[in-house]
Amino acid sequence: MKKLLAFGLSLVLLLSLVGCGTANSTGNEEQKQLKIGIVQIVEHPALDGAREGFLETLKENGYEVGKNLTFDYQNAQGDQSILQSITQKFAAAKLDLVLAIATPSAQAMASASKDIPILITAVTDPVEAKLVNSMEKPGKNVTGTTDMNPIKEQFELMQKLVPTVKKVGIIYNAGEVNSQVQVAIAKKVATDLGLEVVEATVTTSADVLQASQSLVGKVDTIYVPTDNMVVSAAQSVVQVANKNKIPIISGESSVVDKGALATIGINYKMLGKQTGEMAIRVFKGEKPQDMPIEAQKEFDTVINQTTVDLFGITVPEDISKKAILVK
Amino acid sequence: MSAQIALGTTEQGLMYAIMVLGVYLTFRILNYADLSVDGSFTLGAGTAASLIVGGTDPWVATGMAFIAGTLAGLFTGILHTKFKITPLLSGILTMTALYSINLRVMGRANISLLGSQTVFSDFTKLPFMEEYGVLVLSLVSVLFLGSIIYFFLRTELGLALRATGDNELMIRSLGVNTDLMKILGLALSNGLVAFAGSFVAQNQEFADVSMGIGMIIAGLASVIIGEVLIGTSSIGRTIIAVICGGILYRVIIAVVLQLGLAPTDLKLITSIIVITALVSPSLRKKIASWR
Repeated sequence: MKKLLAFGLSLVLLLSLVGCGTANSTGNEEQKQLKIGIVQIVEHPALDGAREGFLETLKENGYEVGKNLTFDYQNAQGDQSILQSITQKFAAAKLDLVLAIATPSAQAMASASKDIPILITAVTDPVEAKLVNSMEKPGKNVTGTTDMNPIKEQFELMQKLVPTVKKVGIIYNAGEVNSQVQVAIAKKVATDLGLEVVEATVTTSADVLQASQSLVGKVDTIYVPTDNMVVSAAQSVVQVANKNKIPIISGESSVVDKGALATIGINYKMLGKQTGEMAIRVFKGEKPQDMPIEAQKEFDTVINQTTVDLFGITVPEDISKKAILVK
Repeated sequence: MSAQIALGTTEQGLMYAIMVLGVYLTFRILNYADLSVDGSFTLGAGTAASLIVGGTDPWVATGMAFIAGTLAGLFTGILHTKFKITPLLSGILTMTALYSINLRVMGRANISLLGSQTVFSDFTKLPFMEEYGVLVLSLVSVLFLGSIIYFFLRTELGLALRATGDNELMIRSLGVNTDLMKILGLALSNGLVAFAGSFVAQNQEFADVSMGIGMIIAGLASVIIGEVLIGTSSIGRTIIAVICGGILYRVIIAVVLQLGLAPTDLKLITSIIVITALVSPSLRKKIASWR
């Protein structure tokens, strides 16, 4: 009885694998149906924003679901072994293009397929991750956009808004390679500008509150890089910093929305849109190996007016002119 | 299309089955809930990756990964036997410590192996091995390691190990050093888990400090699924059962993905499957008793 059940179960599983494979092919209409896959490592406002921007651009240019586009969005929920299964599925489905959001997703997809065009976004250092041979000429089936932070511009903004700053605290998750890269750059930039850096690392989002508290009294400002963990717990940093009159300069705008002082940085939705434009070029026949990795061309200066008032800061006119103000 | 998915899933399943063998050794044989698996899996991956990137031969790197795993198991064992820390807590302590150690070993949170020489890149260059090389190598490794475990568990040392998990007081009264047995079991188990980690990293061509998260759940689920479906009437049968359980677990995930279920429900579905596997023996007994 048990053997029969076991045999029956394995047969059902095998059949469903085969059955689903054939069931997926839709009927051929007059227009060519483009099939794309989107693989994301985890849910996160910046990564979600990039995905939304990407799909928006496609829609604006006539690539719509139901008309000539089908897309399969899979999120690994932070589990990297599921990432493997997702990219295998995509590789086997002979898709026309895959959008891989964030470094682990991009690496998994690049390993799973050497011919499907892969567009990456929200990857801080594609060369270091060995996804491309160089930024100008990827040389493989991978291209896309990088979210490398304009850290120098952010620290310069910090000095303009808080001229008395001497020590900068940086909170980050040492387990995220994009954060490690940013902190290394930040330390160099700080030294060039004559500032001192005090680091506070976290391993879970619950640690963020305590890490912020540890910086009170030791630093004049706090810098929050585009760190997935700290950004998702941004409220804790803002709470501590604003109570203790420590201005926060962040790597991207969602933290400013939550109460940080300012940023000059990446708008992930715009980055996603830029990636969408690259995708359309691939649809039209361009090859990823010759398309250079693009960085965001124009950065947004975003300033939180409520926080400016709270700290009594005077914003220099040249900055307030082109800044986006949020409450 | 599905043939390719089936191949990839089986390859993955076989590699993770090595990890499942390790979990089986502690969880079932030693009756020890060792939670350090999440950490030792990544330790193996990180050790192998940083050695390979530094130019070491991939097989040597994989061997070093195994040794690193045994050291982690040794640490857990000492915490439990010498310092009398409970099994659960000692595993958690090791896992926590390993998080920082893994970052040190790797030097960074993510190492890319794209383009590097791995055991798979070497093996697939052999004649006839281009398409099925990964499958063959994983299958051979699993069978090899499974057989070693099988024969080991039938030696006197192995029997003492099994007895320690079964009835510690009794075997201690017969003169066996149960502390040593536990340390040995934990070392061997974590060595296997680390070995699996190094294989997975070389196959997916990167090692990331977060890649071990969720491993213990996957391992336990695989052990249970395998045991329920294939049975545990003998050691040999159980070893085959847990290996198949490891493969089956990956198959289930692939099927769930193919069915197009909402990505956010994947973890819930995993949980339901394990609950079903756990509940079905007692359910069947109940149904039988009604007849």
